[in-house]
Amino acid sequence: MARTNSRPLSPHLTIWKWGPAMAISILHRVTGNGLATVGALGLVWWLMAAAIGPEAYATFITCATSPFGYLVMIGITWAFFQHLFSGLRHFVLDMGAGYELRTNKSWSIAVVVASVLVTALVWLYIFGKAF
Amino acid sequence: MGNGTGIGRVRGLGSARHGAHHWLAQRYTAVGNLLLVLWLIFSLLTLPGLDYESVVLWIANPLVAVPMMLMIVSIFWHLRLGMQVMLEDYVHDKGLAFFSILLLNFYAFGDAAAGVFAIAKIAFTGVVE
Repeated sequence: MARTNSRPLSPHLTIWKWGPAMAISILHRVTGNGLATVGALGLVWWLMAAAIGPEAYATFITCATSPFGYLVMIGITWAFFQHLFSGLRHFVLDMGAGYELRTNKSWSIAVVVASVLVTALVWLYIFGKAF
Repeated sequence: MGNGTGIGRVRGLGSARHGAHHWLAQRYTAVGNLLLVLWLIFSLLTLPGLDYESVVLWIANPLVAVPMMLMIVSIFWHLRLGMQVMLEDYVHDKGLAFFSILLLNFYAFGDAAAGVFAIAKIAFTGVVE
């Protein structure tokens, strides 16, 4: 759409402050694209390494279990659960529910809390089993 | 754009009756990802080991290889649709937009093919000495 400068703009478009719903919306896009690149490539690397043979798989394991590898895997886990819970919120919104200001705010906060909590539980389980 | 006939008024405004397809496919594949990736995470957490032999023997099981292939298709279909929306929002230059969608298609189809091929090879040849 072409917009000419002579037309008036709604002044409220430039007046806003951060809110949970807005943060969730942006996080959905950020985590989605993170998973689509880092997560998807990691998954295919893992499968390809297993398909090629023991040496390729050993290389993958060495990288994955390095400190940086753990950082990436924990990040991917959080991004996945953030995107998952945020996606479930979108399904509710798609049905036309949950738009009341208070409801929307509390579910947005619940999404962030749930994703951090589940990520922590998953990795506590993994580290608990390993050490 | 003309305004004399019905077709003249709608021409150039997008395809008829296909508008919801992208949106719906995004949701269908979202449900697919929800089920299949949770299955993968749960499986990885409960496998006795994640060493080469354990993983290959596990994937070689048809009851694992098939959902794993479906997961790859669902994931790459979903990410292709999602990244397309992101590119459409941020890449404004027409030529660059075309080129970025082209790269996205190469990325999504190429990686999906690599993933499915890897699973097939593991399923058919098993552990490589």
